[in-house]
Amino acid sequence: MSSLFTRRAGLALLGSVALLPLVATRSIGQDANPEITIRGGQFKPVPIAVTTFQSEGDLGPKLTSVVTNNFNRSVYLAPIDPRSFPEQIDNPDQQPQLDAWKTVNARFVVTGRTGRSSDGRLQTDFRLWDVTSGEQVAGQEYVTDPGNSRRVAHIISDAIFTRITGEKGFFDSRVVFVDETGPKERRRKRLAIMDQDGGNVRYLTRGDDLVVTPRFSPTSQDVTYMSFGSADPKVFLLNIESGQREVVGNFPGMTFSPRFSPDGDRIVMSLSQGSSSNLYSMDLRSRTTTRLTDTPAIDTSPSYSPDGSQIVFESDRGGSQQIYTMAADGGGARRISFGEGRYATPVWSPRGDYIAFTRQRGEAFAIGVMKTDGSGERILTEGFHNEGPTWAPNGLFLMFFRDPGGQSGARIFMIDLFGRGEFPVPTPSYASDPAWGPLLG
Amino acid sequence: MTFAARPRGLTLAFAVAAALALGACAKNTADEGINAAGAAVPGSMQDFAVNVGDRVFFDTDSTELTPTAQGTLEKQAQWLTRYQRYAFTIEGHADERGTREYNFALGARRADTVKNYLIAHGIAAGRMKTISYGKERPVAVCNDISCWSQNRRAVTVLNGGTS
Repeated sequence: MSSLFTRRAGLALLGSVALLPLVATRSIGQDANPEITIRGGQFKPVPIAVTTFQSEGDLGPKLTSVVTNNFNRSVYLAPIDPRSFPEQIDNPDQQPQLDAWKTVNARFVVTGRTGRSSDGRLQTDFRLWDVTSGEQVAGQEYVTDPGNSRRVAHIISDAIFTRITGEKGFFDSRVVFVDETGPKERRRKRLAIMDQDGGNVRYLTRGDDLVVTPRFSPTSQDVTYMSFGSADPKVFLLNIESGQREVVGNFPGMTFSPRFSPDGDRIVMSLSQGSSSNLYSMDLRSRTTTRLTDTPAIDTSPSYSPDGSQIVFESDRGGSQQIYTMAADGGGARRISFGEGRYATPVWSPRGDYIAFTRQRGEAFAIGVMKTDGSGERILTEGFHNEGPTWAPNGLFLMFFRDPGGQSGARIFMIDLFGRGEFPVPTPSYASDPAWGPLLG
Repeated sequence: MTFAARPRGLTLAFAVAAALALGACAKNTADEGINAAGAAVPGSMQDFAVNVGDRVFFDTDSTELTPTAQGTLEKQAQWLTRYQRYAFTIEGHADERGTREYNFALGARRADTVKNYLIAHGIAAGRMKTISYGKERPVAVCNDISCWSQNRRAVTVLNGGTS
């Protein structure tokens, strides 16, 4: 087992210090006004030049390409084609030639360097330059274990994204998903984890048992998921660092569709008994279980509100799959989806403002969002089969999977809250059931 | 709706049963239930699959037993009454035109419907188990109803057999 669970050495950064501008300029704080306001979706992407981080060997180019790729998928930032760069940066600590960068419409320029320090650690710094004012508006130096070079690129991406948009970052995060191989009639499914951009893929299970719907703990290195293998398929809990695995609860029947509470203390899930499926929660410390719904219907896909006070779920109690909210201890269920079609897999945004869902109407499966009272429904993408949205930790992006059907298979895609940009997330094979984890921080 | 689906369901059931029989012939010997003439031995797993029918089909998002399905289950009940030595598992399945979580519940409901039907026809509950595979184990893969309608199924799997 041990080879599957290689510890990610030194996940924590050893240190980071703010880089002050070398040339005295008017001081600009982190509370400066953001360059764009992106809530509401009416914005123009901000052109930004990410110059190659200086280094020996390919460390710098690699880091630069991770950052540029992040920004390319961010919708809000628009990296400028390096072939049109007006100057080569020789000294990343010095102000770039502003007039030259204005000619290619760059609004910001990123400069930086990376390399091994004398003690073998990785030292990386960046500076963000505002082309209009000429000022350095952000700068930071990071020292860490050399194995963390991709993480440093993601952390720098977040620092720049946040400085320009005023929104929380999301690049320094991971996604757990299901890797799919073999023929569709007999898929081999393995749990896997990757950086949000598809890098650093690592497998968490071997594929002996069928596994589906992994969900990340918001507070620990645990994943909950459904696994076949015993008499009844069950919800499991897996620690992704140690590889330790256990069944969640002692329920008389199939348990499925698990999800953590925002504080990580509970798992809410469905229990199938007879022809009905009802919702239960289990306290992971005391192991006590609480029954939340009691209907002859199918109640499933529960998801907590970020304050933990409510649960959104789907139920066919009214005749077809629709979305309901209720108090987290059960009770007071209220239907919120009223559009045409079947509404499924609701997920509460970590910001609390939206609920994402899968909508099945006729032969089309769409991913959409609605406000928490069901109003303001907006479809982000629709096609033959799109399913299972999951939110980025900042609530601005979603991942989901798309299956073109037939003998082909599912792939994971990322889309922004306003549906302005959609990007495939590269995975080694077919992939489904993405679940976005918290910012590593 | 149900009536219209009947002829197609029947055809598929025969096709699947025939395929199973062929598969068994290829690797098999008499102890799997085929006699020298190539026919299923009464009371064998082959007999159940070929002459009774091990599966029933459902309409989209439905757990109702069609008249065809009821006919198949009545024959299953008679056969299982005659051959008391078998315990079995009822596997509930859904087609791929649904969301994953819901389909687990739907498959469970289909298996439960078959279980209750067999109990009502005199089969002891202690002989049967149920399991749902949701949409994880389709038997037919294509992008139209000819496949989906085969995947919306409940299969009675005799112990020692495979679906």
